[in-house]
Amino acid sequence: MKFSLSWLKTHLETDAPLETITDTLTQIGLELEGVDNKGAALAAFRIVHVVEAVQHPNADRLRVCTVDTGDGILSVVCGAPNARTGMKAVLARAGDTIPESGAVLKIGEIRGVKSNGMLMSAREMGLGDDHAGIVDLPADAPVGVPYPVWAGMNDPIIEIGVTPNRGDCFSIRGVARDLAAAGLGTLKPFAPARIPAAFEGGPSWKIDFPEACPWIIGRTIRGVKNSASPKWLQDRLTSIGLRPINALVDVTNFFTLDLGRPLHVFDVAKLSGDTLTLRRGAGETMRALNGKDYAVHADDCVICDDAGVQSIAGVIGGEPTGCDETTTTVFVECALFDPVRIALTGRRHQIVSDARQRFERGLDPALMPDAIEAATALILELCGGEAGAVTQAGAEPAWQRDATMRFARIASFGGSDISAGDAVTSLERLGFVVRHRDADSVTVAVPSWRNDVAARIALDQSPELEPARAAAAAEGCVTIEPECDLIEEVLRLRGLDAVPAVSLPRVASVPAATLTPRQKRSALARRTLAAQGLMECVTFSFMATAEAAPFGDTPDALRLSNPIAADLDQLRPTPVATLALAAKRNAARSYPDVGLFEVGPAFDTAAPLGQRLMAAGVRSGASPRNWASAAVGVDAMDAKGDLWAAMAAIEVPLEGLQVTADAPSFYHPGRSATVRQGRTVLGRFGEIHPRVLAELDLPAPMVAFELDLDAVADPKRRRKSAPDLSAFQPLRRDFAFLVDSGVTADAVLRAAKGAERTLITGVTLFDVYEGDKVPEGKKSLAVEVMFQPRERTLTDAEIEAAGQKVIAAVAKATGAALR
Amino acid sequence: MTDDLLALKTETDAALSAATDLRAWDAIRVAVLGRNGTLTGLLRDLGKTPPDQRRERGAALNQLKDALNTAIEARKTALEAAALDARLAGEKIDVTLPPRPRAQGLIHPVARTMEEIVAIFGAMGCTLSDGPDVESDWLNFGALNIPAHHPARADHDTFYLPASDGKPPPVLRTHTSPVQIRTMLNQPPPIRTIVIGRTYRADHDATHSPMFHQCEGLIIDRDLNLGHLKGCLTDFLRTFFDIANLPVRFRSSYFPFTEPSMEVDIGWNRRTGELGKGGDWLEILGSGMVHPRVLANCGIDPREWQGFAWGMGIERVTMLKHGMADLRPFYESDLRWLRHYGFNPLAPTMLHEGL
Repeated sequence: MKFSLSWLKTHLETDAPLETITDTLTQIGLELEGVDNKGAALAAFRIVHVVEAVQHPNADRLRVCTVDTGDGILSVVCGAPNARTGMKAVLARAGDTIPESGAVLKIGEIRGVKSNGMLMSAREMGLGDDHAGIVDLPADAPVGVPYPVWAGMNDPIIEIGVTPNRGDCFSIRGVARDLAAAGLGTLKPFAPARIPAAFEGGPSWKIDFPEACPWIIGRTIRGVKNSASPKWLQDRLTSIGLRPINALVDVTNFFTLDLGRPLHVFDVAKLSGDTLTLRRGAGETMRALNGKDYAVHADDCVICDDAGVQSIAGVIGGEPTGCDETTTTVFVECALFDPVRIALTGRRHQIVSDARQRFERGLDPALMPDAIEAATALILELCGGEAGAVTQAGAEPAWQRDATMRFARIASFGGSDISAGDAVTSLERLGFVVRHRDADSVTVAVPSWRNDVAARIALDQSPELEPARAAAAAEGCVTIEPECDLIEEVLRLRGLDAVPAVSLPRVASVPAATLTPRQKRSALARRTLAAQGLMECVTFSFMATAEAAPFGDTPDALRLSNPIAADLDQLRPTPVATLALAAKRNAARSYPDVGLFEVGPAFDTAAPLGQRLMAAGVRSGASPRNWASAAVGVDAMDAKGDLWAAMAAIEVPLEGLQVTADAPSFYHPGRSATVRQGRTVLGRFGEIHPRVLAELDLPAPMVAFELDLDAVADPKRRRKSAPDLSAFQPLRRDFAFLVDSGVTADAVLRAAKGAERTLITGVTLFDVYEGDKVPEGKKSLAVEVMFQPRERTLTDAEIEAAGQKVIAAVAKATGAALR
Repeated sequence: MTDDLLALKTETDAALSAATDLRAWDAIRVAVLGRNGTLTGLLRDLGKTPPDQRRERGAALNQLKDALNTAIEARKTALEAAALDARLAGEKIDVTLPPRPRAQGLIHPVARTMEEIVAIFGAMGCTLSDGPDVESDWLNFGALNIPAHHPARADHDTFYLPASDGKPPPVLRTHTSPVQIRTMLNQPPPIRTIVIGRTYRADHDATHSPMFHQCEGLIIDRDLNLGHLKGCLTDFLRTFFDIANLPVRFRSSYFPFTEPSMEVDIGWNRRTGELGKGGDWLEILGSGMVHPRVLANCGIDPREWQGFAWGMGIERVTMLKHGMADLRPFYESDLRWLRHYGFNPLAPTMLHEGL
């Protein structure tokens, strides 16, 4: 909210400098968002009378001016063509700072003549581009007065952020009240006189929707002349960016800001019938004052005359019954509307108005009679005419309530040492009235404008709570919340910065682990994957449906109803999808060889368990080209290596995994696999399907892996067994097997390892060959088997026997023949 | 030693000196010590020496044998060293060749900041909690005292998913606060936890992203008050930014889920971006005492328990800490940016090593 300092001072008697006011606003929770103080830089510049301007003795283009500053005569050299005897101008003196250049003016001598100052151009004052001559003020400009004062620029505009709980501070009077309570001056009294009715009659109210409007008052004023507002009122409104319209409308806008009290004015001549009814909307269309048409809903409260809807109550008035220069009889509306209904109506129609902003935060219900008197007085002053009787429907709701604060809680909850006496004084300055006080606590009446303190408590408790627990908690809230409200007030006025900071007491001298096993897994997977040479990325959880579809299901339940952009509308089925697009972006930047990974969510369904935490990565292009080895294109085994490294790091037992060629369809059908532990899918890896690469224009080749961190079981905490450190040297023997092409390496390795479990401690595949040196449909797999004797060195015969066992086992399992 | 023995020694020494390679050296060794070698012959002939001279001659021969052995071995060592030197002189490599490339992966700055935050609050006894990105309306808003009509809802720019079963539509969580609610429902107080995760709001420019990360904290106990809130966050900020005297300011504000609520500012220089000095204030996080309604919504009796909560943007504190100007590259996966700002995976955050 914006207001000028002078407007604030119509409510606040204060000598406090601007900076103190703005600092205090921030401190008490009315955060300063900006100060526009154009006049400050010009404060030193005075209006002067040029008594005489004569030709400079030594320069054709210069004049020597004798100026009257109001408290003396000075001689100034001036180069402006328009400097002349008798004019009124603006003078900067030695020591003043010129806004345009930032330079400090010095007494100088120009071509032999001393100059004690400078007559200013508009540009030099930072007021525009005009530098054709010096500022030429009207003849009646007062000599000696600071220029910004005369020019009306001496009124700083202050802008504050008003938090949703402080509807009372959506008014200049409310801000003044808070500042006064914080010790910055005195709140001026506000008690408008009752203006007696000069006549009877005029429109009256009828409430058919009391849930939306408990109380409404109005008053007819006739014989008004509705022309432009006087300058002071126009200046007030324009200073904060409002456009003056006509006196009657300006009066309503003035009180909206001044008292936070929205009003509405109907032109009585344009109303049909004598009764204005508040009721639910019925689908009618109304043309509003903003020129737009709105179809009103049954949940909207509207004001109707005999002809139909004339106003969306508390949000915006109707154009047909608005006041203009032809208005002679006006009906002023001052109402109390239900904040929630106003908020919902405003949102439904997407209307943001000053009235809505205030109604939805809640208004001071007790202010209405005073407000209509103040408005009446101002209308009569500006527009003439005579006022009728105040008419009303409904009644002032019972807003009165008390709140209690235990003094000990200022320390035990607020951490502050403010004394009981000081706390009570603060509350009183804010308008709270002490009803009872003893050594331990105080009970105060809450002022009508503070609907945020001791408010009606509306809980939204979890339905799963055990009833007794829920009831106790609700009861506790009723006691504690008003107390917190009051403590907040007491602390706020001194600034929460004044509460001493205390470090958290330790729970244990050495804290327990911060991470759960699952969180630790994701941290380990992240570090391990980065150590594989992959760059960690953070990509969006959502993407374009069309780009997500090749990577998995894109159910409607995971499509945003209100995406920010069409290409960010679908929750991704796997991080591989967004990573693949990231690789594509890098390729487009001429970085085709990338390895990227992410630890982030994949979405199956919108349910809380429909989300899995994945460590996923892609590699595209080739290994880096270098002098020592040729660049090699990425392949599925690179992705498998990444996946295996991550699984090893998080202690997945790699021995027991099943690797089968049934990965999802975005992978290459022959060059990809699903990895399972028992029946649980832990991950997948492989080449991305060429069709997907083509469809999304992804760089080729590209491989990917996914590790489902949620599927991995917590590692069992077991002590390690003793290591196998035999004193006897191991023996290594090589075997080359000829097998059918379809036989997997895994089958050969498992068979070899199982041939003699006590003796064989390792089997390594060191060569795979398919080609013209082996028969068609066959391949050669060469393994190195390590035999580890434990009791004694093996004899040649024993070694031979063990080797035969290996050959036999592999032959039996895979049909292999020794090459 | 007799003349013939002295002559043999002199001759052999001269020959060894003249030998320039191991082949020549070996010929000398064989000529002197070999089966038909000179010395071997002299030893063989010792038997022919008259008995009265034999002892003396024997001693002299043994002495000569030792001397020759030593001289021959010494020469061998010298020749071998010279041969090695000669060979190595020809084995030069270009030591300025770049090493074979080893791909270096790096940790994203967001993950690094998360680690640092976890380490600091972990030292204060907090656990780390997490929860789903898709949440119910109640967990994201209702439980947090943000009813449907609340003006604060409009500030949240919420993403919605399609509704089903007549329930309010699920939302992409606009903050990590739903996890605080989950924690309070699932665990009796006292509670010390932080929540880190992805959050979503419909806003996109240089300082807003439709997806970003938040860290929130929740501390509930019987007697922790607003002073502890200030101490906890001041300790955190000074450790995180590694500025022991970082100015920290607490300013009254409003959030539906805390009362009193406070914005927290740190001191900086608006012009240079330098933290810790300069006289300007920068808003960095929101905090407050947990609202009694939020406690009651979760079945915690506010007469018994009280505490505080806070929330901050991970990207925001990351940008401030490292002087990064633009938010958008965080999600671009531009290799050049990742290389520039990424962190060594083998240097994870450890308080004892310093942040």
